Amino acid sequence: MKLIFERSVEGRNLTLLPKCDVETAALPEGLARTSALNLPEVGECDISRHYTELAKGAHGVNDGFYPLGSCTMKYNPKVNEQAAALPGFADIHPLQSVETVQGALKSLVLAEELFGEITGMDNVSFQPAAGAHGEFTGIMLIKAYHESRGDSKRTKIIVPDSAHGTNPASANMAGYTIVSIPSNEEGCVDLEKLKAAVGDDTAGLMLTNPNTVGVFDKNILEITKIVHDAGGLNYYDGANLNAVMGVARPGDMGFDVVHLNLHKTFSTPHGGGGPGSGAVGCKSILTPFLPLPRAIRNGDKYELLTKNETSFGRVKEFYGNYLVVIKALTYVLTLGAEGIREAAQIAVLNANYMMNGLKDAYEMAYPGFCMHEFVMTLEGMKKEYGVSAMDVAKSLIDHGIHPPTMYFPLIVHEALMIEPTETESKETLDEAIEALCAIASEAKSNPEAVISAPHTTPISRPDEVGAARNPKLRYEF
Amino acid sequence: MNIPSELKFTRSHEWLKDLGNGTFEIGISDFAQHELGDLVFVNLPQEGDAITADEPFADVESVKAVSDIYSPVSATVTEINEEVLDAPESINSNAYEAWFVRVENVTETAELLSAEEYEAFLNEEA
Repeated sequence: MKLIFERSVEGRNLTLLPKCDVETAALPEGLARTSALNLPEVGECDISRHYTELAKGAHGVNDGFYPLGSCTMKYNPKVNEQAAALPGFADIHPLQSVETVQGALKSLVLAEELFGEITGMDNVSFQPAAGAHGEFTGIMLIKAYHESRGDSKRTKIIVPDSAHGTNPASANMAGYTIVSIPSNEEGCVDLEKLKAAVGDDTAGLMLTNPNTVGVFDKNILEITKIVHDAGGLNYYDGANLNAVMGVARPGDMGFDVVHLNLHKTFSTPHGGGGPGSGAVGCKSILTPFLPLPRAIRNGDKYELLTKNETSFGRVKEFYGNYLVVIKALTYVLTLGAEGIREAAQIAVLNANYMMNGLKDAYEMAYPGFCMHEFVMTLEGMKKEYGVSAMDVAKSLIDHGIHPPTMYFPLIVHEALMIEPTETESKETLDEAIEALCAIASEAKSNPEAVISAPHTTPISRPDEVGAARNPKLRYEF
Repeated sequence: MNIPSELKFTRSHEWLKDLGNGTFEIGISDFAQHELGDLVFVNLPQEGDAITADEPFADVESVKAVSDIYSPVSATVTEINEEVLDAPESINSNAYEAWFVRVENVTETAELLSAEEYEAFLNEEA
């Protein structure tokens, strides 16, 4: 396949720009470029085919199964797009006067109510643009809370070693020192280690529940109490909310602040199809510190709250990725309270169905029941046949399935983490189980075939080590 | 498994070498580089930095993950190995030549294992 630069032919451009009908002005000395812009020159027909070819080489939720663990790659319903494209949502500007966008503000107030209800939180900000951005915002709320009380000795955030890497990174960005605590044998928080770690320097705990090994921490009430008793606050990473939405609420588990990935749990496009939205919910003790603006109801009018003395500041321009919120709101309203709960139940059922179908062919890191995702360890397979988690993941590509999450969580060696989500049918799950079992038996009978996979793609295995050691960041032509 | 007898080891797979005159060298074990896989990036402290026993003082990045490297001693960094910064693969090719930092003023030591003890520890883990 050719690069767009390689398709370029000098002089073959598509000049579709309308004639300039405003006065032109020259750029200041030193700012104007001295040579022509070096862009590929291709005809419209060629460029259209080029991007179609690229799209054919990609794999998205619309192409096939995408069981990327901890990423909740659920189907993105088309009705979400329809709602977000309505002119009252799509054709407005954030600087329009509030009287002219009452419906848009009402939708934000409604979204705040509904996401508050789902999480057990009092208020929600939709300003953060994505998950880790939401984490940072949540930790800044905790920081503002302690500072408002003159409690400046709290400099540490506790993070279990099973956490997503973004947790310690977000807390570090907010200026905190990270205390990592090891997990126990079930992959859950070790209560004794937590008790030993908390103190009057504890600002808070960041926790994902169910955690990254797909287990719901049954000691959750005791965990959040230990942190509260030490004077810290509890942060809920909403990465795995899909397993419990409509069933259990972070607010009832003792959490004070939570971020939601609307682009995961609430079915808006994810990854390259984003943008995301990392909505942050909090208990009322943290509400004064939320970023502004926020949409509020005042009698029968809707307003934008833009100023108060206590907000810790802005994390993004205007009010976040607004249309993503509309898509997520559409999803929640489409499913309703019963549907939200049922989605979580089926997500857990699907994961357990797959885990059970694979348990004879693969070793489970934490046998028993799982929540919405499960982790397999291929340590034994690697030792015996030389086939690693990476090899099995690559081999899945030949079966038309996106590889699951690999080598995460870090506490499991040769990990493959699978999250089917509720939107996959039993037939799809059966096909995936069959594919994974076929790969496991091929790993024994003909390991070379698995180690050299994928065989059906334009590129088999990119040289990741070479690319990381000697990155070429610029294409010269 | 390559475990030089003159070195001390930590349970987190760092090695400590006594160069005499109160100077020590710190690196990661052959087992560690093997487990991490191809290293592509190394982050070291700066000369003059104080490092603390049992706390991270450097990190290494493989294609798989970024991992903290823990210090076997509390001490002051007197020299860093520019070669491992430029060529992280030197850690993969010879973990005991590719030292990370040299330190002095050792005030505290983490729990260290002899080569035999470290070997026994690895066998137990595996």
